[in-house]
Amino acid sequence: MKNLDPTTIWIVIASLAVGSFALRFVFIGFVGGRTMPDWLLRHLRYTAAAIIPAMVAPLVVWPSATDGKPDLAHMSAAFMALEVGYITKNVIFGIVAGAATLYGLLYLAN
Amino acid sequence: MAITTTKSYYWRGFLDGSPFLLMALPFGMLFGVLATEAGLSVVQTMSFSAAVFAGAAQFTALHLLNDNAPTIVAILSALAVNLRVAMYSASLTPYLGAAPLWQRVFAAYFTIDQSYACSMMQFEKEPRMSVSERLRYFFGVVSPLTPAWLVATYLGAVVGTRIPESWGLDFALPITFLAMIGPMLRTPAHVVAALVAIVVALLTTTVPFNLGLLIAGCAGMMAGARCELILDRRRAAA
Repeated sequence: MKNLDPTTIWIVIASLAVGSFALRFVFIGFVGGRTMPDWLLRHLRYTAAAIIPAMVAPLVVWPSATDGKPDLAHMSAAFMALEVGYITKNVIFGIVAGAATLYGLLYLAN
Repeated sequence: MAITTTKSYYWRGFLDGSPFLLMALPFGMLFGVLATEAGLSVVQTMSFSAAVFAGAAQFTALHLLNDNAPTIVAILSALAVNLRVAMYSASLTPYLGAAPLWQRVFAAYFTIDQSYACSMMQFEKEPRMSVSERLRYFFGVVSPLTPAWLVATYLGAVVGTRIPESWGLDFALPITFLAMIGPMLRTPAHVVAALVAIVVALLTTTVPFNLGLLIAGCAGMMAGARCELILDRRRAAA
């Protein structure tokens, strides 16, 4: 594919730059220091706890490395990262536990 | 962490953001490689990474352009994939909204999964942080990641370096974020929010444009908020 027209590419880049910034700016920029209603704040307290797991869950169940086939090594690694992070409240320990589990099980499988 | 008391919030953010280099580097390189393979010049590739600064949206747009999708479809699909950053923006507003406008402009530009997730964890852990301390932390998180993302894009575009798949770094993204979820689950309501979001996310993977993620996120937030109300009521009655 070498026939993408440079103008098209620049239009895409510019539109996405403006659009992405607008999405990021919309609340922090326009609402700013104004107080938001209680019901909204109550929902926003759970944004991180909801979105981050939702983003990761499909990648764990259908990992790209196995072309989307559920796989024990990836599931165990995910479980260990979550569990160790939860128990120790330390992100680095969680990452190390997850990575060690993944590499260990992938090594055993080969 | 007890030894961090004297360390500035900027450096705390820097340290907390650093593990994400494990994903910023391979994904940045991959974007550089795929973009140049699709026919983008090095200048275009770098402008893309610097101006849009949103991995998943960039890959989506590139993929669709490569498939000869209409330009408007590529743009709208990539923005749809990026809709979650509007939720991040809303969620950060109670913490950073009081900052001066020019600082909020920068905070908006640097709102990515990593800066958002690290910041929310830190801001909830230390609710007494001042707005300027929070901003310093926030910018600390993106400080290692932004240059890494750009350098990696450049290496991918110019040298064509890719990290071999056998290194398994594609799974660095799930593992790093999973390790962060644990500390985020501070109350039963947070656990309920996460569980509902996971179930809905797994059920909605076929929804186009990654919109299942938004549906799952909203469902999780509603479940968490409802659970908080129920628990508060019970506590008040007891």
